Amino acid sequence: MKFLIPLAFLAMALPALADRMPLPANTPASFKAECGSCHLAYPPALLAAKDWKSTMAGLSDHFGSDAAVDAKSGQEIAAFLERNAGNAAKLGNAGSPPRITLSARFVRKHDEVPAKFWRDPRIKSAANCEACHRDATKGGFSERDIIIPELRH
Amino acid sequence: MKTIATLSLLLISMAAQAETPQQIRQIYVTEAAIQQAGFTAAAKRGEAFYHQRFGINDKMPVCTSCHTDDPLKSGQHAVTGKAIKPLAVAANGERFSDPAKVEKWFGRNCKEVIGRACTPAEKADFVAYMSEVR
Repeated sequence: MKFLIPLAFLAMALPALADRMPLPANTPASFKAECGSCHLAYPPALLAAKDWKSTMAGLSDHFGSDAAVDAKSGQEIAAFLERNAGNAAKLGNAGSPPRITLSARFVRKHDEVPAKFWRDPRIKSAANCEACHRDATKGGFSERDIIIPELRH
Repeated sequence: MKTIATLSLLLISMAAQAETPQQIRQIYVTEAAIQQAGFTAAAKRGEAFYHQRFGINDKMPVCTSCHTDDPLKSGQHAVTGKAIKPLAVAANGERFSDPAKVEKWFGRNCKEVIGRACTPAEKADFVAYMSEVR
């Protein structure tokens, strides 16, 4: 019985170690449709619950775009995001309005990326995960799967 | 009375189903004809509209800012960089097959790029262009 406890810890730690953040199997279709058209349907673990809450409350001016959704989808998406949100202490402050790319964890994970890469037209924006992380749509953010050769370690 | 009930049921079920670009175009043509008797959609006008520079939004002054000059090609979101599948039906058979989705994106994009809602006539012309461009 005792061996189960370390095993459980290992199982919890593994996804973080491997940078695997696939969308849960019960992800509502509304999340993929509404949040995955203009940008990647970001893994909910990338922001804390309070940050998702304020993001969902401000969709009519979502970084300059009107991304408002109908009430039913809005409730469904907000509940999903908050249920699967990341650990606030590990993510750090994401600013206001919250930006995944400003969270301390994101910044730390990308601190070796030179500025010229962010300006590359193929990347265009730090929000464009798929530009470098070729398995981003499947939740794969491993450093081994970076597309641009110069960025590969 | 019964006919009306049957007819409305039919209309409701039609609205929920996948449709063809021709049917979606017809929805807008019918709507436009209420304001402008005898209206017919024109792909040429839709093409001009697609390339018209509105300049309301610095990052997306024109449809082509994200969808490129050639709607048969894949586009790229001007802000996020995400790849956008072609708008033209000839290159992407999924386009203009879901009336609710079409209406949602006209709603968002017209407001964002043009600064107002598009008229039914503009939508009809746009769908005509995207259906016919080869």
